[in-house]
Amino acid sequence: MSEFFAMGGYGFYVWSSYAITAVVLVLNIVKPWLASRQTRRRLASRLQARGDTP
Amino acid sequence: MSPRQKRRLAGVLVVLIGLSAASALALNAFRDNLMFFYSPTEVMEGKAPPDHLIRIGGLVADNSFREMGEDLTVRFVITDTAENVPVEYTGVLPDLFREGQGVVAHGRLGSDGLFRAERVLAKHDENYMAPEVAEALEAAGYTGHTGDGGDYDR
Amino acid sequence: MWLFFHKLASPPYFYALAGRLIPWFGSICLLLTVVGLYLGFFVAPPDYQQGEAYRIIYVHAPSAWMSMFIYVVMAVCGAIVLIWRMKLAEVMAVASAPIGAGFTFLSLASGSLWGKPMWGAWWVWDARLTSQLILLFLYLGFMALYSAIEDRRIAARAASLLAVVGVINIPIIHFSVKWWNTLHQGPTVTRLDAPAIDLSMLIPLLLMFLAFKFYYATAVLIRARHELLLRERATAWVRKLLERAGA
Repeated sequence: MSEFFAMGGYGFYVWSSYAITAVVLVLNIVKPWLASRQTRRRLASRLQARGDTP
Repeated sequence: MSPRQKRRLAGVLVVLIGLSAASALALNAFRDNLMFFYSPTEVMEGKAPPDHLIRIGGLVADNSFREMGEDLTVRFVITDTAENVPVEYTGVLPDLFREGQGVVAHGRLGSDGLFRAERVLAKHDENYMAPEVAEALEAAGYTGHTGDGGDYDR
Repeated sequence: MWLFFHKLASPPYFYALAGRLIPWFGSICLLLTVVGLYLGFFVAPPDYQQGEAYRIIYVHAPSAWMSMFIYVVMAVCGAIVLIWRMKLAEVMAVASAPIGAGFTFLSLASGSLWGKPMWGAWWVWDARLTSQLILLFLYLGFMALYSAIEDRRIAARAASLLAVVGVINIPIIHFSVKWWNTLHQGPTVTRLDAPAIDLSMLIPLLLMFLAFKFYYATAVLIRARHELLLRERATAWVRKLLERAGA
């Protein structure tokens, strides 16, 4: 198992490139997803405020 | 398509064609500067400026690698199979450095014909295969890929 | 067919369709990634020259391909914006840019981490690496231009022009390794003869490429939906949508 992680001595380079890739790809999904949820909430609450106060 | 859209389409096409032509001309003009290295043949033809920092690229000639002592100084020959340039270098070599393997040396060509490298980079080819496959190919006398390191073993 | 495109271009229809597609594309991407990485790490042999280090290829090459593919998508959308002023093309171009920039950055970063142990340098100014760096600047320029102009439609037009002009860099990146001598090696998979890579290594590579394609589809739809929502927040369909969600 440790042999697998050592990657023939290139473990640092191999795993760093995979880690960077994972971080960037996950961020590029999660950030817009959260932003979109926040926008929906903001718009909905604004709509509600307008609707409740006659 | 409305006449307006046709005009815009023509505009986009003109921009693209003009830009391609301009880029082609510019890239052609700067051709020599875009080359990352000179081949030994070009060096021998005098295309490389003397006493300037230049890069020479080619294969490490078989059986040319010598260790010059204990201070990591090595000598080897860069070849493009037509011409050879002897190289001297002091320092750590990249992992892929082997005889028969692609290499790019950065340094100055002395008047004595010896290229004193300050930096050596390994260049690998576009072939990927299992070690066993490479051995089998070599056993079959297939030389389509650059050699697998020969007798040079770090 | 034409009718379908017209329907697709309608914001509420696109918003709903994208919402249904996202989980599917996301799941396919995850599945392909798991299979691709399993084959790439546990089935594919080490390389005869580079040993285990070559396994960086499974994220490096697909990232680099996607960085160019997404740019072409962006430029085509940009041309549609310039000629036909189509809103959905604006949204798709704008949504693509950050994802493409991400892939471009990843190709440079993973390439650097590959170059250090193999070539002996983190970075060299050869034609391939330099043109790929210019691609990153083009993406960042597109994003900066779009966010610098207040009116989203004018901003999209300005940024689209940059996207179309920058597309000239794509063939330069691809052919840089052929036109000039570079430290970066030539193409492996798109050679006219057989790919110069063992089949057991090629299959996970192509699976990862597909996985990244589905990743792009997932990510671009999430961003496009958000962009659409922001642009159309004052319209009746968004109000209806929010009321339905709130109820």
